[in-house]
Amino acid sequence: MSARDDILGAIRAGKPAMNAPAPAVPSYDDGYPQDREHLTALFAERLTTMGGIWQAPTDGQNLDDALQEALADKLGKPFKDAVIASNVSEVAGNRGINENDDPTTLHDVDIAVLRATFGVAETGSVAFTEKELTVNAVAYLAQHLVVLLDPAEIVTNLHRAYQRDDFAGARYTVFHTGPSATADIEGVLVRGAQGVRSLTIIPASGS
Amino acid sequence: MSTNQPDPAATIQSKTATREPQPRPAKAPDGKRVDHARSAKQFLNAPEHAKSHDTRVWAMRTKRDKQAHTIEEWEELRELASQIKTHTLTNLGSYLEEFEANAKANGIHVHWARDGAEHNRIVHDIFDNHGVKSVIKSKSMLMEECGFRHYMDSVGIEIIETDLGERIQQLDGEDPSHIVVPPVHKMRSDVARLFAEKLGSDPDNDDAHYLAGAQRDATRPLILDADAGMTGANFAVAETGGFVVCTNEGNADLSANVPNLHVASIGIEKLVPKVEDMGVFIRLLSRSALGSPITQYTSHFRAPKQGGEMHIVLVDNGRSKRLGMDKFWSSLKCIRCGACMNTCPVYRRSGGLSYGATYAGPLGLILNPSFDAHRYSNLPFASTLNGSCTNVCPVKINIHEQIFGWRQVLAEDGHLPWTKKTALSAAGKVLASPKGYRAAIKTTNSALKHLPRWALYNRMNAWGEGREMPTPPEHGTFHDWYKRNRLSGQTKTGSDSR
Repeated sequence: MSARDDILGAIRAGKPAMNAPAPAVPSYDDGYPQDREHLTALFAERLTTMGGIWQAPTDGQNLDDALQEALADKLGKPFKDAVIASNVSEVAGNRGINENDDPTTLHDVDIAVLRATFGVAETGSVAFTEKELTVNAVAYLAQHLVVLLDPAEIVTNLHRAYQRDDFAGARYTVFHTGPSATADIEGVLVRGAQGVRSLTIIPASGS
Repeated sequence: MSTNQPDPAATIQSKTATREPQPRPAKAPDGKRVDHARSAKQFLNAPEHAKSHDTRVWAMRTKRDKQAHTIEEWEELRELASQIKTHTLTNLGSYLEEFEANAKANGIHVHWARDGAEHNRIVHDIFDNHGVKSVIKSKSMLMEECGFRHYMDSVGIEIIETDLGERIQQLDGEDPSHIVVPPVHKMRSDVARLFAEKLGSDPDNDDAHYLAGAQRDATRPLILDADAGMTGANFAVAETGGFVVCTNEGNADLSANVPNLHVASIGIEKLVPKVEDMGVFIRLLSRSALGSPITQYTSHFRAPKQGGEMHIVLVDNGRSKRLGMDKFWSSLKCIRCGACMNTCPVYRRSGGLSYGATYAGPLGLILNPSFDAHRYSNLPFASTLNGSCTNVCPVKINIHEQIFGWRQVLAEDGHLPWTKKTALSAAGKVLASPKGYRAAIKTTNSALKHLPRWALYNRMNAWGEGREMPTPPEHGTFHDWYKRNRLSGQTKTGSDSR
């Protein structure tokens, strides 16, 4: 017999004989703000506790300037020398990413700029699929990640997030909540473990 | 402990750095019974490490409580998670078939492995077919179960752990001591010494930021050069044929997305029926584990990336057998958060390596004996049965009752060591007779008062290893007191109340 048949056979022979229907899962979001402004504020607060940066552009500030303001002191080199790979029309960047790029070639990227599919207020998470990423690895090989998020695309909590249909259609869907982190050495929190050293979210309506 | 800011002046020579060498409890040789009490004692012989371990593990439990208390529906979520798992496990055959069919339709190659050896052979074959020489992988307790890294060592394929904690343990040639924080028993001075030797970092610098950075810089080129990537899975969703991996470092996403070939090893108990179920589990997982609202990365893989290739190995390794055990099947609900370890007074004080097994702490007590009853027959006794593990378990496994259940099973099957068997059998006879019990208590109390230490603390008295015997009460037993104050004084008490 194949391993598959052996395993399925053993499961069917031994499984507990009880009728246990699947429970209905409520959405548990009655207590969340009803209006965009407060939901967005909650998102920003939760993002910050997870080590992310909320960078709302000041009046009249364009996105390039907001990006520079957020990252200039984090790069360890002049901002003008930074390799910026942008997947969004609002930010030009100076390095293109193409769907067919070998992922390993992206190791030179200092800043990757992406648009999030949606955000989750409960945890301050942003979601991407392969469509927004173009090359999935860019969101991990880049030193810093900058994300445009449309406040209209923020859902209340994870139950609402999982009710979306992205998961059934996309090859890859990922939640990022703050930058890469570890506390494996004596419990000390270190940001920038293997992936990005910082995560900046800029609110920007979709075009 | 250093702060959460980089400290350029951090040095292994500072007053706060420990000079105590890392304790290394002996591991039982193959085929021999693990002696948890003895290994725990070796760990406790390093008091600075023991204290640091206790503090850090308890801190995770404290943070877990804080998070749980912010969620009004926390207890409902635990109940839902438990019910979803019961539903899935009682229909596991159908959900595995649904998962397999959907995964295949998405272009994923699906393999089945009865045990660890078969898993390792399957992955080896995949690697051979692709000429793979080096592999980056994220942390997977299942692969630890399978002895995967040792197998790959023996066939000359290089495995590079990308989780910082797991990498530390790999470089040190040691097993993980905690399922979420593999080197939680190490202090930063231990890591500084290890990295100086293995990665060429500054032996004098023990700043956690510096050390994490040294590992990042050393591992990045290996990530870029790897021929394949491996991950485990926290959950597998039948409805989509996809699986979910949770990490804080983003290292599973690097492992899966940088090389062209991705192999995921998944235990058959990881199934959930629907995407919607993930809301319940993701809300519980990291809050229970580390006390954070969610892991930094929650990654859902449903199909190979454009031009890539993806394999899934579904592994049984004793799970279908456990599903058939009346008392123990519900341990398959475990989502490997480690909350039971963090709350356990025995785990906190004995360190994970003292369990000599893939799984330490309360979950280890109920999982390991099903892999090897003889080798792990001591483990179910490494518990106070205080029930704290059951209270924090996000999927409501009756852990402490199963620990007790394993004691019974192991005793019935003749797996108990001689001293424990003899002592328990004598205790059974004494406890069955009220007269015998009272006589024994009198004798014991007198013995505790008058016998020299060598007669009380020896190999026959397992309780006395690492513990002091209780001080006998000065005025005799409760029975003596009752006789003196109640039986003889009944009329007196009655007159007092008038």
